[in-house]
Amino acid sequence: MERTKPQLNIHVQGWLLALPAVVLLATFTHVPAVSTIIDSFFSTPHGRRPAVFIGLDQYRTMLADPIFWLALKNNLLYALITVPIAIGLALAMALWVNGRIKGRAALRLAFFTPTILPMVAAANIWLFFYTPDYGLLNQIGRLFGFASVNWLGSSATALPALMAVTIWKEAGFFMIFFLAALQQVPPVLYEAARMENARRWLTFRRITWPLIMPTTLFVAINALINAFRVVDQVIAMTGGGPNNATTLLLFYVYQVAFSFWDTAYAAALSTVLLSVLAIIAILQFFMLDRKIHYR
Amino acid sequence: MSGRLTKLISTITVWLFALIWALPLLYGIWAAFHPSAFATNFDLFAPLTWKNFERAWTAAPFARYFLNTVLLVLGIMAAQFVICTLAAFGLSRWKFFGAELLFALILVQLMVTPDVLILENYRTLQNLNLIDTLTGVGLPYVASAFGIFLLRQNFKSIPKELDDAARVEGANTLQTIWRLYLPLARPVYVAYGLVSVSYHWNNFLWPLIVTNSVETRPLTVGLQVFASVDQGIDWSVICAAALMTSAPLMIAFLLFQRAFIQSFLRAGIR
Repeated sequence: MERTKPQLNIHVQGWLLALPAVVLLATFTHVPAVSTIIDSFFSTPHGRRPAVFIGLDQYRTMLADPIFWLALKNNLLYALITVPIAIGLALAMALWVNGRIKGRAALRLAFFTPTILPMVAAANIWLFFYTPDYGLLNQIGRLFGFASVNWLGSSATALPALMAVTIWKEAGFFMIFFLAALQQVPPVLYEAARMENARRWLTFRRITWPLIMPTTLFVAINALINAFRVVDQVIAMTGGGPNNATTLLLFYVYQVAFSFWDTAYAAALSTVLLSVLAIIAILQFFMLDRKIHYR
Repeated sequence: MSGRLTKLISTITVWLFALIWALPLLYGIWAAFHPSAFATNFDLFAPLTWKNFERAWTAAPFARYFLNTVLLVLGIMAAQFVICTLAAFGLSRWKFFGAELLFALILVQLMVTPDVLILENYRTLQNLNLIDTLTGVGLPYVASAFGIFLLRQNFKSIPKELDDAARVEGANTLQTIWRLYLPLARPVYVAYGLVSVSYHWNNFLWPLIVTNSVETRPLTVGLQVFASVDQGIDWSVICAAALMTSAPLMIAFLLFQRAFIQSFLRAGIR
């Protein structure tokens, strides 16, 4: 008897301690995730007309909705372009700041500071930067004889212009993870490479790159998740325009839910977004598994 | 000789790149501290001025927005500390029934963050009568999977013998947490606190949806409303407002750079 009593106590105490967190997480994560999926099989209630079960109709609408396809395409492009560039730049920054360069502290500050700014504040400053005619970008362009470009106003340049802001804001953040990883590489390995007279590129490819691989994967997964949650700069800079050229998935969910109030369709769109995140989670699971083997 | 030359060239390249990187921000700072006439007109001898900040400050209730943001970030941080500490302690110390499943379910939130579930969470807040309240803005973030994970990892590294010692002294579970775990895990709390405060200072979408009055709007939403509605296109004033809303975090970062970077690092590595 005396043995089982503290055991039971542990079960009760463990759940009691976790209870506030469990209730809140269930209320704001698990239950809404499940009811989002359920809602996507119903119609949007209007006034006195309640929601009725309509099976896959919302998804059929979605397949026929050109804006959805555009949002998906834009978002995939966003991820495919911003993730590798942000990672590449972050790694380059880390290598520079880690080396024996003059003024490392100032460089690190220049690279990392955008991370601290609120995205909305950064977006408003970049709006000014991109302003046609007067903005700095066009003023510099004029020095080199280029015509003024309405960066955010034309469908061809608006999405890349937003991507630049994302990369600018994220690269410095990822840099610190690479910096930490670089400092973990045993100096003995570099000394050995120097004795062999290995070229810098070879040293990087054979020693640095494999050893920081786990960090690269970690950063890549995080950048990927972020790419599918981009919304602040869309709201602040373009409102999805021109002609939906900068509409991304989460922004479209926001628009359908809170501007058009088509809640059931928004639920179906959210379900797509949840699926994308689930795929990334599975990807992460297998990659992290590999990482452990690697170590 | 050629080695030194390549080194010089690469140093200059890096510095040039850093300058380009800093350019948008420097441009914003330039515009904010000069009269509007000089916003797009570079003259090293242009007069410096605080006027843009004064105009932004009086044109919109930024004082109130500051108060809202400060209350919000401190409230969220305090609630997160309490709730995540309790859960993390149980999960790190006892193999209670269902603990592993529970932990796995908690980690789901790392992926499915509240901003993906805006629609359902908005309805929940409606049912709870919390629309347009600071509590409503903060509530979905209070039980943070990230916080629980971070604290649990750290608590696990604290020797169990210390628990036993505390129990022999007659301390109950809450007293053990308060007197033993809190002091020992202090660096983690500092790191988590910095990350949490920066995150919620900058958070935008959810507060934009939940708030619709001056009394509840945080700075980010206030800035957006100001920049898009209240203002023509006086870039100097908008830049001043943007810098103003970021200033406390930026100044804190400049003062405690190392602590910030360490915190983000500690928080990121899982």
